Amino acid sequence: MSPPALSVPVQRKGESSGEDLLILSQLNKSFFGNPVLKDVSLALGRGQTLGLVGENGAGKSTLMNILGGNFQADSGTMTLMGKPYAPRNPQDASARGIAFIHQELNLFGNLSIGENLFLTAFPRHRFYWGGSIDRRSLRKRTQALLERVGLDLAPDTLVSQLSPGERQLVEIAKALSIDAQLIIFDEPTTSLTVRECEHLFRLLRQLQSSGIAAVYISHVLQDVLQMSNRIAVLRDGQVVGEGPTGNFKIDRMVSLMVGRNLSQFYPEKQVQPSRDVVLEARRLSQSGIIADISFQLHRHEILGIGGLMGSGRTELARILFGLEPCEAGTLELLGKPLRRHGPRSRIKQGLAFLSENRRDEGLCPTASIRDNMALVSLEKHVGGPLGVLRQKRLDSVLKDMAKAVGLSARSQMTGAVNQLSGGNQQKIVLAKWLLNAPAVFILDEPTRGIDVGAKYEVYRLMVNLAAAGAGVILISSEVEELMGMCDRILVMANGEIHDELCRPHFDRERFLRAALMDPIQRVTSPSVDKGLPR
Amino acid sequence: MNGRRLLLMLLNQVSWLLFASVLIVFGILSPRFLDGANLVNILIQSSSLAIVATGMTFVLLTAGVDLSVGAIMFVAAAFAGKLMLAGFSLSTALIGMMSVGLVFGAVNGFLVTRLRIVAFIVTLAMLYLGRGLGLWITQTRAMNLPESFLHLGSSRILGVPIPLLLFTGTVAVAHWILARTPFGRQLYAIGQDAEAARKAGVHTRLWLFSVYVISGLCAALGGIVSLAQLGAVSPTFGQQREFSAIAAAVLGGTSLFGGRGKVFPGTVLGAVLIQMVENGLVILNANPYLYPLITSAIIFMAVLIDCARYELMARMNRRRIR
Repeated sequence: MSPPALSVPVQRKGESSGEDLLILSQLNKSFFGNPVLKDVSLALGRGQTLGLVGENGAGKSTLMNILGGNFQADSGTMTLMGKPYAPRNPQDASARGIAFIHQELNLFGNLSIGENLFLTAFPRHRFYWGGSIDRRSLRKRTQALLERVGLDLAPDTLVSQLSPGERQLVEIAKALSIDAQLIIFDEPTTSLTVRECEHLFRLLRQLQSSGIAAVYISHVLQDVLQMSNRIAVLRDGQVVGEGPTGNFKIDRMVSLMVGRNLSQFYPEKQVQPSRDVVLEARRLSQSGIIADISFQLHRHEILGIGGLMGSGRTELARILFGLEPCEAGTLELLGKPLRRHGPRSRIKQGLAFLSENRRDEGLCPTASIRDNMALVSLEKHVGGPLGVLRQKRLDSVLKDMAKAVGLSARSQMTGAVNQLSGGNQQKIVLAKWLLNAPAVFILDEPTRGIDVGAKYEVYRLMVNLAAAGAGVILISSEVEELMGMCDRILVMANGEIHDELCRPHFDRERFLRAALMDPIQRVTSPSVDKGLPR
Repeated sequence: MNGRRLLLMLLNQVSWLLFASVLIVFGILSPRFLDGANLVNILIQSSSLAIVATGMTFVLLTAGVDLSVGAIMFVAAAFAGKLMLAGFSLSTALIGMMSVGLVFGAVNGFLVTRLRIVAFIVTLAMLYLGRGLGLWITQTRAMNLPESFLHLGSSRILGVPIPLLLFTGTVAVAHWILARTPFGRQLYAIGQDAEAARKAGVHTRLWLFSVYVISGLCAALGGIVSLAQLGAVSPTFGQQREFSAIAAAVLGGTSLFGGRGKVFPGTVLGAVLIQMVENGLVILNANPYLYPLITSAIIFMAVLIDCARYELMARMNRRRIR
């Protein structure tokens, strides 16, 4: 194939030439009015590996989902092997030779390796047996692919019996089966043991030398340096640095990822944390999830919990609220021990929890604003010997609260909540819990997917709540938000608390280092470590 | 960890264990039970249920359910009875029955895949519709069929009774489809995760539709076998067959949560097991009021085992971040 003459669009470092496999030019994408990608332009040559780094929410996943056909860009163009490329779905992407290996693997555990590889393209008997699956050919072709990825397993093995590392290799074999020219790896090492990582890297080098290009997304910067030819750093949906790997060191990457402060406003918190402890966790552990978590939350305090996705922050919150089991450790709320399981008794004792998954766990989407707001505190508004609901009193309380959380006056109390914007929905979730006057409020990603105005309103309510004497735990992917709001930040990685930062001494670099962890320290559970050759 | 694995292995083999224990218990209680002729009789008696349960297995594999199979049997039988009493031939009546199964299955499939109504509700509505339709056709009277229909149930080809032939034929074809065709394997993928299967390029909607059609056809065929053995359509024909069909599939290891199960040996084992219990109780001369109690205990046990297994597997596959 002759390299087509192309007018290469705006390039940062005019290094790539007509040899480009893939050119992304001026891509834009926004969700619900929030821009996630802004004028992203990148180029990738044949056989090259592009390392893509950036903080949570910088736009890496969105960019790759556009490339893999899961989303469509709002504007901008892509060119693959000299031809325009605009996938409408994942099948389009794979037909053009792009394979996307997600962090959460897309394999069917109840099928064999071979069946997973050829699910929509089974080899069949031609002339006899009614076009049924040609098992022998399936085995042979699977065997060949497994050999290429260095996996010594029988093609008939069920995928549910494989370790995470082995499943990853099966995904790569799947990419090879469609003759992928470009493979996207999204955080490929998160669930792998050290040995499995080594195996993966060896395989990646082999693929590189056979001319297959790759995009490698990872928070483990050392791996990115080791594995890629070029590196691009994303921040707030923009490419803030791009070039050959030789130009980058970990320090430079981190400072590019961090960047300057965003011009975001946080309400001022007047009251300092007192010495009273409202919530105390002692040595909480759940095997495979979190280990040895101890902390104290004080009255009037906003405590931040940060860390990368999958660091255990959300799991910790769910354990605190009794939604997930916890094997060891104790929890005390206002000096009284909390039971092992179940949110019901915790809510009674004054705990509140805003879930990161607003749509599925925070609200009853088709119920009215009124019903959603009243849900938790309903029992407080009953009277008389029969325990009848005091409608009028409830309505006036709800109306006051709606005003207090800044719910826009236009919204009817009887309207369904799924008609509202994300910001107003979140205000209803907050109102629901505030009506119960919580002593401790745990908020998991309270500002995700809501507009700036609503964000400020959420911040204001948190500060007011702390001022009124409650303890607040804020879990967030945004470092800005944590540093703007919290008195103290715990940094989690690998299910443990790795660092603690206190108010005047907030340091983004130190935060990021703690969250990223040294890859050598990676602790892995022995149960996962099985099966890979050498 | 290892204890869990052992328990899971045990739960996976539970169909065989139950089968063997029922065989042994009734064998001890009554030596007549293990008589060769009686065992063959059990197989013949279980043909109808096994065929219906085979269709049910397809539906359950996709995490759906078909509650209308008993009603389909009834409507098909009533329709065939009317046709034959009006002087039509046996073959016309048989084609008529299969057509009823096809239409009912297609309506189920259409409502589930196109209008996206939950399978449970759709097929429950079809259950009532079918029952009502059947009672209307028969005027709630029992209908005796001509001799020729009964012959179907008692005659043999190469020494093998026709019900048994239909039984083995259906099971063989179904097993081949599930194990050896892309359609079959993709059904397992849909049952595991329909959205992921759709993203991988599987024709999720068309396949789901086909599954209800298959179930309808199997119900009609099961109705033919049953009718050929009884020789008459009573107002209770096929009643509660849906539950014994689900129980047979689930006892054979098919999961109500989808993605797991086999026609052979699984569903066959379950269907024969249920028939064995019924037969054994008759031989023991047990109190007839006991039958529904024992049947309900079997259904309960089947579902309990399935849930225990599902829970155990979910726990073993829980995401670990450390």
